[in-house]
Amino acid sequence: MIHADYLYILLGMGLVTYVPRWLPLVFLSRLQLPEWFEQWLDLIPAAILSALILPILITTGEPRHLDLMRPELLVALPTFLFAVKTRSLAGTVIVGMFLFWLAGKFL
Amino acid sequence: MAGISGVSDRTGMDSEAHKTHWMGILKDGVIGAWPICLGYLAIGLAFGVIAQKAGLTPVEIGLMSLLVYAGSSQFIAVSMLSAGAGIIPIVITTFTVNLRHMLMSSSLSIFMRNLGTGRLSLFAYGVTDESFALNSAKFRGGNWDWRRALVLNHTTNLTWIASTVAGGFGGQFIPAGAFGIDYALSAMFICLLIFQLRGRLYVVVAIIAGILAVGLSLLIPGNTYIVIASVIAATLGVVFKRSRLFSREEGQS
Repeated sequence: MIHADYLYILLGMGLVTYVPRWLPLVFLSRLQLPEWFEQWLDLIPAAILSALILPILITTGEPRHLDLMRPELLVALPTFLFAVKTRSLAGTVIVGMFLFWLAGKFL
Repeated sequence: MAGISGVSDRTGMDSEAHKTHWMGILKDGVIGAWPICLGYLAIGLAFGVIAQKAGLTPVEIGLMSLLVYAGSSQFIAVSMLSAGAGIIPIVITTFTVNLRHMLMSSSLSIFMRNLGTGRLSLFAYGVTDESFALNSAKFRGGNWDWRRALVLNHTTNLTWIASTVAGGFGGQFIPAGAFGIDYALSAMFICLLIFQLRGRLYVVVAIIAGILAVGLSLLIPGNTYIVIASVIAATLGVVFKRSRLFSREEGQS
């Protein structure tokens, strides 16, 4: 039913996706890490989250270019303020969705 | 679970029981996963529809979601498949697109000490941008442990698989743009980023990472800009910290 070729592709994709997820967890969680490295790892979430979200908000297209007039960015500003004020994840997600829905209606 | 023993202190017993009882763990993990599940529902359906149009059956779609479980690389793989690309280019592209998870697993390893390889292997399967972001915040916030994180990971994984398969039956089910569901993950990332800004140093690192990421994303194709920007920003952060530029408020790590 399923082509062998397709299965090999999936297995290859699965392997190269799983190993980078697995290696650091298994090895780093056993090591006594130097202090600077723990500090580095502690800063990684803030860095990654910012590196993930900012390009989504202000770039678009293929090849990518800057676009500061996207509803994604417009909605992000009040969503950001709401999150800072309330520090509520549930509230922020709901407010963000609602504002994005509104933006889709009226922009 | 057993092992609670005859603790006489009532509050102690409650919190201990809450910590290890499987119902509590299941509930915390599943409920905690909801923002990701919303987002995966929308993206998963969209992926299923596209994959079906590219000629994949629901079974083939579900198998990809199960074996690979990484959204953006799945989208890319489908477009490469329909362009007739071979196994090597697809696998190499998948590797580069998903390499960023290595950073995420490294960062999560701080919270995963003293677990066996089996548990770590089960957990590793579910490390995505979204589960990493949410688990990091929850570990920091307390009342969170590897069991709850594992439940959260696999709840989101099941949602992803089910949504992509449902989309593969040709149904968009949710009209495009409905309820603003497409924005669920962006809003979640915005809030989780704020949770991570626990001092001036974190703010500086986030700003550097964001600016670098935007700049690099305009210059280089693909998404390696995420890893490069994060590594440079975090490294600069350590340098700043060690040179005592931000020593006043960052006592704890």
